[in-house]
Amino acid sequence: MKVYDLAELAIRNLRESVLRNTLTTVGISVGVASLVAMLSLGIGLQQMATRRLVKSGLFDTIVVTSRRDLRNFNRDEEQNGPAPAESPALDEPSRQKIEQLANVTEAFPDLRFITSFTYETKPHLTMVAGIPASYRTNDAFEGMQGTFFSSDNSDEAILQKTFAAELLGKTAKPGSDDVAVAELAKPLLGKELTMRYAERMPSGESAAREESTSQGNATPDTTSYSIASRERKLRIVGVTDLDPDSMRGPVRARVLLPLKLVQSLHVVQPTALRDTTQAGSKVPTYSTVTVRVKDPGKIQQVEDTVRKMGFNTFSMLDATRSLRRFFAILDLFLGIFGSLALAVASIGIVNTLVMAILERRREIGIMKAIGASDADVKKLFFAEAGVMGAFGGALGVALGWMIGRLINIGTNIYLKRQDLAPEQIWFVPWWLVGSAIVFAIVVSLMSGLYPAARAARLEPVQALRYE
Amino acid sequence: MIATPGTKLQVTAAGIQTENVCRHYVMGQNLIRAVDGISVRMLGGEFVALLGTSGSGKSSLLNLIAGLDRPTSGAVVVEGRNLAKLSRAELAKHRLYTVGMVFQSFNLIPNMTVLENVELPLRFAEVERARRDSLAREVLDRVGLSNRLQHRPSELSGGEQQRTALARALINRPKLLLADEPTGNLDSRTGTEIMNLIRECNEDLRMTVVMVTHERALAEQYAQRLVFLADGKLVNDQPNDQNLTSTTAQGGGSREGV
Repeated sequence: MKVYDLAELAIRNLRESVLRNTLTTVGISVGVASLVAMLSLGIGLQQMATRRLVKSGLFDTIVVTSRRDLRNFNRDEEQNGPAPAESPALDEPSRQKIEQLANVTEAFPDLRFITSFTYETKPHLTMVAGIPASYRTNDAFEGMQGTFFSSDNSDEAILQKTFAAELLGKTAKPGSDDVAVAELAKPLLGKELTMRYAERMPSGESAAREESTSQGNATPDTTSYSIASRERKLRIVGVTDLDPDSMRGPVRARVLLPLKLVQSLHVVQPTALRDTTQAGSKVPTYSTVTVRVKDPGKIQQVEDTVRKMGFNTFSMLDATRSLRRFFAILDLFLGIFGSLALAVASIGIVNTLVMAILERRREIGIMKAIGASDADVKKLFFAEAGVMGAFGGALGVALGWMIGRLINIGTNIYLKRQDLAPEQIWFVPWWLVGSAIVFAIVVSLMSGLYPAARAARLEPVQALRYE
Repeated sequence: MIATPGTKLQVTAAGIQTENVCRHYVMGQNLIRAVDGISVRMLGGEFVALLGTSGSGKSSLLNLIAGLDRPTSGAVVVEGRNLAKLSRAELAKHRLYTVGMVFQSFNLIPNMTVLENVELPLRFAEVERARRDSLAREVLDRVGLSNRLQHRPSELSGGEQQRTALARALINRPKLLLADEPTGNLDSRTGTEIMNLIRECNEDLRMTVVMVTHERALAEQYAQRLVFLADGKLVNDQPNDQNLTSTTAQGGGSREGV
């Protein structure tokens, strides 16, 4: 029989006992719905976790340090590779080279220094760090009062809330640092803050010549530079809720400035004093370069390349790996639980079709008497199972989508009550829609195998005798 | 298995030949010999009536010829092919293309319209929809049902239902028309209408007709040959002189006096 004839006959037969077939189809759809709801929840949670992690900037980040920085030399992993003295310096050309690597979004130096600020004539001493423009979307700045820097080199500052409290003379009691950020920000936003810092300047022309000379002991001139004390007025544009002791590399400071601004200030870096062989160089040298990778999955590859260049690296790769494994297992179990309902539904299909055979025994006999082959009868029952599966699958996806949506709405109401930001914990990708329907059809066809074979085996004479 | 060794089956092109055919059933402890060693030969274009009391095996023999059932032993040769040796799929093809069958209880599919019932065999034969439709209308016109196409069997009279069944049997232009008590559920006037249609098939379409009946009068009125069965055995095989003259006039002569 032709496919459209089969489909037509199958739908006609299904319409004959509407109630029973509808109930069976609903059974399938409930199974598919539970599968879709479970998996979309798993996928949603995974996406949420990934989104949060990417936003935190921890899991797509590699911290690159120079092997010349011997402070941590006894670490095992750093015993391999080139000897410190033969390794390249982590300077501006190296940073650019790293930034050119495949899958690298950006590589920026970690510039930080301790300096003093004057606010309303009172001096304060604290750590300052340069923040690249890309951190605008970092979750570190979620819940910040005010705005992010207007440009990458504007004279603007974002304060950490404990420093803001210090400026206002509100010393937070230890243990109870629950001062509302909004309260602190109100009197500070738009105000001026004066930063005093030490600018490093090349001493005389000797520095210009130094660039072409090799490393090692050079003339005394190359190691000399002078320091000038400077002042810079900064406008306070934001106050963050950020913990200054968190692990978020560049954000670990109490005053944050635009990165380009910090670079242009040429503030004396601690490395300048430690690695005196580079001290006279005009080319900036960094203690740490932070590399951001396009996709957390590419971390390993980029890390390997950077290591080959002769630098030390550190990333949270292991953490993402175990996270991914956790979600794979979670999805598997959610899928198994979701499929249980579908398995129950498939028994319903077997039952419905076996009943249909008993009921339509005579009809099968008639069809065989007028020329239907075993294959025709088998295909017809198969088609009926397939049609129920297709309808059940489509209905189930819709139902699962609604269940997921309801769970999401419910969760967000709960989060709102807890004063937390809403989250998308549920996501139905197109591949899930497609594969759920295909899965429902496949399960239905498999359920139809036995009834169809049984119907095909009926002997026409016996089937016709049946009243 | 072809029955008696040595006797070669003489196969006629459009005929039916059974050779010592048996169909035995086991029912509980008992062996029922529904057909018990019948050898009979029917010529192409013949109108044969199978007569006997109920349980004589006439319907069982018809089912064997129709390919609805398989013999326990012996051979049933139709159109040169031994049905006992055919596979299930080949037997289905035999039922689809070679045989048209009409039953006492009509055996129409209740949830299909007249038109759909009639074109159902064409679906199994994978005929295109448009062609199917025109063929079904044509044959329904022939049996006088062109005004009942969209009715369901339950909305038809017994005679109309049997005419639908006849149309369905004819749709694939089979060489063989098998009728199992075709008038058994009909009143005599409608029965006559149906019988006349069956005779038309025999005379105009040159179909071989085998009809099972227990009404001797009906058989004598229409058949050219009467085959009597009792207890699964052939007891008498006689030409029906009343109709024989017209058989010899194979051109389909008139049938005065019937």
